[in-house]
Amino acid sequence: MTQTQQHTISVLVENKPGVLARVALLFSRRGYNIESLAVSITENPSISRMTVVVNGDEQEVEQITKQLHKLIDVSKVQDYIDVPIIARELALIKVNAEVNNRTAILQLVEIFRGRVIDMSDKTFVIEVTGGNDKIDALEKLLEPYGIRELVRTGRIAMARGVRGM
Amino acid sequence: MRVKGSRALLESLKREGVDTIFGYPGGAVIPIYDMIYQFPDIRHILVRHEQGAGHMAEGYALATGKVGVCLATSGPGATNLVTPLADAMMDSVPIVAITGQVRSNLIGTDAFQEADITGITMPITKHNWLVKDVNQLPEIVAEAFHVARSGRPGPVLIDIPRDVSDAEFEYTPVESVDIPTYKPTTRGHSVQIKRAAELIDQAKKPILYVGGGANHAYAFNEVRELAEKINTPVTTTLKGLGAFPETHPLSLGMLGMHGTAYANYAVSECDLLIAVGARFDDRVTGKVAEWVPNAKIIHIDIDPAEIGKVLLADVPIVGDVKAILTELNKVVKGKQHPEWVSQINKLKQDFPLHYPNDGVLHGQYVIEQIGEVSNHDAICVTDVGQHQMWAAQFFKCERPRQFVTSGGLGTMGFGLPAAIGAQFGAPDKPVFCVTGDGSIQMCIQELMVATIYKLPIKICILNNQFLGMVRQWQELFHENRYSSVDLEASPDFVKLAEAYGAHAIRCFKPSGVRAALEEAMSITDRPTVLDFRISKEENVYPMIPSGGTIHQMVVQRPPDMVPLDSYIASETYMGEDDQATQEEKETVPVPRAK
Ligand SMILES: Cc1ncc(C[n+]2csc(CCOP(=O)(O)OP(=O)(O)O)c2C)c(N)n1
Repeated sequence: MTQTQQHTISVLVENKPGVLARVALLFSRRGYNIESLAVSITENPSISRMTVVVNGDEQEVEQITKQLHKLIDVSKVQDYIDVPIIARELALIKVNAEVNNRTAILQLVEIFRGRVIDMSDKTFVIEVTGGNDKIDALEKLLEPYGIRELVRTGRIAMARGVRGM
Repeated sequence: MRVKGSRALLESLKREGVDTIFGYPGGAVIPIYDMIYQFPDIRHILVRHEQGAGHMAEGYALATGKVGVCLATSGPGATNLVTPLADAMMDSVPIVAITGQVRSNLIGTDAFQEADITGITMPITKHNWLVKDVNQLPEIVAEAFHVARSGRPGPVLIDIPRDVSDAEFEYTPVESVDIPTYKPTTRGHSVQIKRAAELIDQAKKPILYVGGGANHAYAFNEVRELAEKINTPVTTTLKGLGAFPETHPLSLGMLGMHGTAYANYAVSECDLLIAVGARFDDRVTGKVAEWVPNAKIIHIDIDPAEIGKVLLADVPIVGDVKAILTELNKVVKGKQHPEWVSQINKLKQDFPLHYPNDGVLHGQYVIEQIGEVSNHDAICVTDVGQHQMWAAQFFKCERPRQFVTSGGLGTMGFGLPAAIGAQFGAPDKPVFCVTGDGSIQMCIQELMVATIYKLPIKICILNNQFLGMVRQWQELFHENRYSSVDLEASPDFVKLAEAYGAHAIRCFKPSGVRAALEEAMSITDRPTVLDFRISKEENVYPMIPSGGTIHQMVVQRPPDMVPLDSYIASETYMGEDDQATQEEKETVPVPRAK
């Protein structure tokens, strides 16, 4: 049996209604949980790129990529498991920021190279990008202050260097 | 030329070579039905239930190799196509389903007879389209046919809102289709083909395992050439029946759960499995881990996703089965395997397909006689259950497209409408529908269609007064607890058939079977329903329990089991004497196995 691993899969699809449903359905029908999914258009407005993060062993993920490839609206599928990639996600975190906590929070944000992009008399909204470990870490450190809302985009990824898809 | 959407649709269908549409009207497709008047080359068959239309399209496609077409209205009409679409998806049957949709401005408002049919059928179609703009209609129809018939064939659906059918636009026919994101591989990789040939030339005990893909690809001659060239036994799946003549000395018949014992033994012993257009279905493999313990595997399939899905192949070859076998036949040297073949011939002698010869009417006998009466030239369409497995075992197919059955989904109700579709597609061939007293009642209303169009289909009900296949499982695995499988209360099929305008025959005894079938063969202007009262508690053997291994195979009825009931009536063969029949019914004992 091969090992279960986290795979980041990039899927190029036609930018058409219903395509997301087709892709998502394929995962659920075969019993795979999507850890994260990010979709948007690409440099070519008629093509969208989906970045899907999924756990599975090699054979399972190979089956998934083959099944994805069969969808008529899918043009390319790449599992980045053996490819050096840059992967990022963006999070917006609304955290309680009482006057006496503000300096400490700002320091945290600084260390994580985030930014405060909104502020009220009781809250900050912090923007941070990075790998999911980094965002998890910041989230943990902010928790004691009271996180009111948190939104994450899910992972987007791209191969390093000239290599592309 | 400015035309309405409905005209463009029918023009497009005509361009695709469509001559028959199976359908049922309703509000959302009235414009299309109105336009059919103006297309005398396209005949529309009015079915009695949309499920029937879908299965007829399947039967037509399976018997002819052409794309089957069905048409239904929005909402309930469309949802009634769900079962045939799922069926066609599982068995890779090329059909185009056209559904009406509510007006575009009403979509998403829960309008009268609205159903999100593209959403519903996404997982059970190869692709589907909602036509939003009439200008796209010609292109979508062309793409739909292209997708349905190319690569691994399959069902597609086109959903057309009513206003799109009515809209006028400038119509230009579509000359060719190019879908950049859809380019099925057809030619096999030459290096892989060479590697396959090497394995074949090294093998001591090779076996050809042939599936439905070989039938879809018309690879009949190529399979045969390979088998003969390397002198290797051939077993087919249920959907592969007919891809190799079962009367050929190298034929092992069907393999798997109800396959022949010799096919299963041979597969379990082989050292090279050459899989051709087959998908290692669980009914074939049983427990995968123990299935072909000593074998290397060559897997030839047009669908890359099938390769490695169940078992890893040593040599995978993606592409059109016929094209690949043609290349392969050129490079294999043709090593012979006399010892292997004689070992297999011994197995064939030791474990033949078998059923009791005790004067009782058995389904297997009826099937054998169907084969003989029709010179093995008929198209045999089946429903689902024991009768289906007996048909697969005893009919003895000789050519492709002769055996039409629901394999992957196992859809009761498939038989009669699929037989009608097959007869429309192949008007010159005798068509037998082998069905059960359970299955026939799932789409029996389509008998009317067969009568109206004077289709001489011979509908053979193997009537055991049970949902036999389920009863068999209950007998073998649930200590005879026959929960909800008793069908003693069925309509009188003879009277029912006559009410539909069909000819009807009832038969109780082996000695009457031949005459009944010959009578049915002589009726050419309407369907014949044959009610064969067969042994009630006969089982299908051999049997490998679901998920089991070859070691668990029960080859034939265990001798310590209670003898089969002597469910016999006095008359050998009855024409129309219903009175007597009724009495017989009452005097028949209801046997129970211990
Ligand atoms: C639509 C549908 N419902 C239920 C089943 C489950 N099933 C499989 S075989 C069978 C019994 C079939 O009975 P019958 O048609 O009388 O055939 P027999 O097995 O007696 O030959 C049933 C209920 C099915 N395959 N399809």
